[in-house]
Amino acid sequence: MLHVEQTADRCIKCNICNTVCPVSAVTDLFPGPKYEGPQGQRFRAGIDTGDSPDKSLDYCSACGLCTQACPEGVMVAEINQVARSRLVADRGGLNLRDQVISRPSLMGGMARPVAPIANAVMAARPVRLLVEKTIGVHRGAAMPKFSAMTFRSWARSHKAPAGTTRTVAYFHGCAAQEFEPEVGAAVVRVLERNGARVTFPKQGCCGLPLVSNGDFDAGRSYATRLVRRLRGSADDPGVIVASSTSCGMTLKAKYRELLGLDDPDTRAVSQAVYDICEYLVGLDDDGQLNRSFAPIRARALYHPPCQLMAHGVGLPALDLLALVPGLEIERSRAGCCGTAGTYGVKVEKYQIAMDVGRTLFDQVTESRPDFIVCDSETCRWHIAQATGLPVYHPVQVLDRAYATA
Amino acid sequence: MMETDVVVVGGGVTGVAVLRDLALRGVRAVLVERFDLGTGTSGRWHGLLHSGARYAVRDQESARECIEENTTLRRVAPHTIEDIGGLFVLLPGDDEAYAEQFVEGCRASGIPTEELSAAAAHRREPLLAPDVKLAYAVPDGGIDSWSLLRSMAADAEARGCKVLVRHPMVGAERDGDRITAVRVHDAVAGEDRTIGCQWVVNAAGAWAGEVGRMAGVPLKMIAGKGVMVVMASRYVRGVVNACRKPADGDIIVPQHEVAILGTTSEQVASADDISVGLADVDRMIDMCAQMVPAIASGRVLRAFAGSRPLYVAEPPADGGGDGGGDTREVSRTFTVVDHPKLDGLDNMYSIVGGKLTTCRQMAEAVVDRLAERMGVTEPCRTATEVMPGADHGPHQVAEPLARVERDQAYGELICECELVTRGQVRDAVASGLTELEDLRRKVRLGYGPCQAAFCAWRAAGMLAEAGNGPGPGGDQGPDAVVGLERFLEERWRGQRPTIWGDQARQALLNHAIYRGIFDLQGAGVPDEAAEPSTPAGGSGGPPGWSPGGAGEG
Repeated sequence: MLHVEQTADRCIKCNICNTVCPVSAVTDLFPGPKYEGPQGQRFRAGIDTGDSPDKSLDYCSACGLCTQACPEGVMVAEINQVARSRLVADRGGLNLRDQVISRPSLMGGMARPVAPIANAVMAARPVRLLVEKTIGVHRGAAMPKFSAMTFRSWARSHKAPAGTTRTVAYFHGCAAQEFEPEVGAAVVRVLERNGARVTFPKQGCCGLPLVSNGDFDAGRSYATRLVRRLRGSADDPGVIVASSTSCGMTLKAKYRELLGLDDPDTRAVSQAVYDICEYLVGLDDDGQLNRSFAPIRARALYHPPCQLMAHGVGLPALDLLALVPGLEIERSRAGCCGTAGTYGVKVEKYQIAMDVGRTLFDQVTESRPDFIVCDSETCRWHIAQATGLPVYHPVQVLDRAYATA
Repeated sequence: MMETDVVVVGGGVTGVAVLRDLALRGVRAVLVERFDLGTGTSGRWHGLLHSGARYAVRDQESARECIEENTTLRRVAPHTIEDIGGLFVLLPGDDEAYAEQFVEGCRASGIPTEELSAAAAHRREPLLAPDVKLAYAVPDGGIDSWSLLRSMAADAEARGCKVLVRHPMVGAERDGDRITAVRVHDAVAGEDRTIGCQWVVNAAGAWAGEVGRMAGVPLKMIAGKGVMVVMASRYVRGVVNACRKPADGDIIVPQHEVAILGTTSEQVASADDISVGLADVDRMIDMCAQMVPAIASGRVLRAFAGSRPLYVAEPPADGGGDGGGDTREVSRTFTVVDHPKLDGLDNMYSIVGGKLTTCRQMAEAVVDRLAERMGVTEPCRTATEVMPGADHGPHQVAEPLARVERDQAYGELICECELVTRGQVRDAVASGLTELEDLRRKVRLGYGPCQAAFCAWRAAGMLAEAGNGPGPGGDQGPDAVVGLERFLEERWRGQRPTIWGDQARQALLNHAIYRGIFDLQGAGVPDEAAEPSTPAGGSGGPPGWSPGGAGEG
């Protein structure tokens, strides 16, 4: 039994988790975090193998708001994820759809040589219909655009400025590498504006999509490979920044909590990881942030991703955006945008994801911002698809403000 | 006046097994029970289906009885059993010579054992202490006594026998060397009744001495109190025993979703003494944590005590029943007390001693004797005739989760910890239950970690709506509140010796709900000022209400 499962004992049935769960609020298919988490856990204990009794836990989106809300320290979402991994093991592994969407680096790598064609193909309605019917990715779900140039090829041709005062390793993850090299580039330029030399250790997928889809064994092999590759950077320079909120969180804690990896190497890597905005706010706290931002005359809506809450660092992006003159920021009233990683692309869950995101989408319709800001890539794609507005990583906004300064 | 052939006194597993045995031989019989079925020792124990291995070294007669009945019950009542197996684990410092005696004793008693390396034991029980040296696997199991009681009673009733609960025996009418009738008090109607009979079987367990007294014969029982501690979750997949001479805190029995730590063995003056001392609770946790360290920091739900029905034909000079001694030396085998021979009371037999695991064999022994006297030639069929419900197969802990999932009954949970649905409560209420305590035994309402924070008021409302309030007219008003307070009092009593950590937080939430929202003032509502202490046994309930029933199995 993992530590995660033992936290089930702490539940006092207060229902606070149920009040924050965005999924059970919109569908009866998910009975809620209290039921699936600490309650269900008592009935799963002692089951070794065989038929998992509660298939409904597959409807947990793993957004993690329940864990954040629990006043007793029950790791509700994590209990669900561990239970789901057993469910997947019972089924004999992930289905084809979940195999594919759980391996973004593989997808990106395959499409890259033909990126423009792949994007055109994926934009075609008949194709999406076919994809929905054959593997179960909803025709309306947001798809990232394949990039013809990877982040690392951009980085190779990038000329770093001279005269740096600190060194920072960058964990760009799959999103920047395969789909959004412009986010990775913005991270590098913003760090360089703050006197940093940025290194790019060999890396790869952190395994989060596999873990959240329930294939812990495959997730574990991705995890150990990544830890091995990042281990050196954990000592030198000792700081690894991540621009993907959920991948960063995976490195910080999920390897230990969910996969049971608690060796010194994993611990060293975990302790070196910072979310990019967390790191920049840290610089500002020490009086070391370059605050020379040019004004951006615009109204933006900031939506903090669920996974950011798990970092326990507040809303650093909001602090940073407040430093940009002229930028009016409205904060999202929604707990979750709905997509929760790959959850919202699945044909059986797409509508749930859209219903969960309704609060956010309605707020957007009401206040009509010029653009939206959100730290997490899958949230950005989902929100952009649903609202038709551009959605940026906070660092892209800072990059723009520096550039015009 | 009601007339029957045999009156069976005592609605524990022994009495009900006797009733079923009589029914299967075509004998008319009535069972009388002072509270509800299984409210004495049968409801206040750890739930172990013995393999007999615990007795293999010192008490091989009991060991043989256990393994025989273990096999039989798996055949005739599989649905009452969790087929989980058991381990005897050897820890550093344990006597290896004892382990050899253990293996030899098991062999001699016919109990199969399999030696497991430390690694194999950990694969089977991941939370075992890392320093476990080796383990022996034995066919221990878990058994739900209420499920067993219900099945046996249903079978007996279907064959024409009768069960009268809330009918305490209050006296016997004698004509010379015979009992002609048993007097009972109908606690619900509030009046005495007389049941004319040819024969009486005293199966009152730890209380058999009182029945003897009413019948006018001496019968000396020894009350051997055992304290047990309930953990909030299972911790172990199967039963875990220490491989050493039986002592306090040497067994962990997973049952449904909890684990029960057992047990002490102390001679007390009265079988009604079910008090629990803090020191007992501490010792039980400390000892069991040697086998499963996670227990030391785990959530403790409650503690309770039960009284073993021990009998020695010739009590030792110092065994006068004043209390204080260890009762582990008393054999766990059973005895048919032949009152016609011993006391000149021609038509009563007492069946005493024994254990839940051997209840069927005990019934067979006493009914054989009775049948011979009655001239009944039908042989005993209880070892071959399966009970109603048996086709379900062994109970699996995850069943309620699967049931709620199948029925999509998520929004219909009355007791969330035990996953008791509105439908289950409705059916139970329709069957005539009037007390929340009865619902607890029937559907497990209020058993779980929150100790009835939410289910009790929901179910009390359903009882009142159905007109099944505890009062004479099933009133919906004050009586429903009284019933609720009484139930909460019982929940609270078991928690008081274990109020720390998570359970203390729970108690504060429960206080806020029942005192703050419902404005209940009864003793069962946790009081913020309450000091953890040792509560006295006994009850403040009305006649016919069980003072026991804190038992978790």
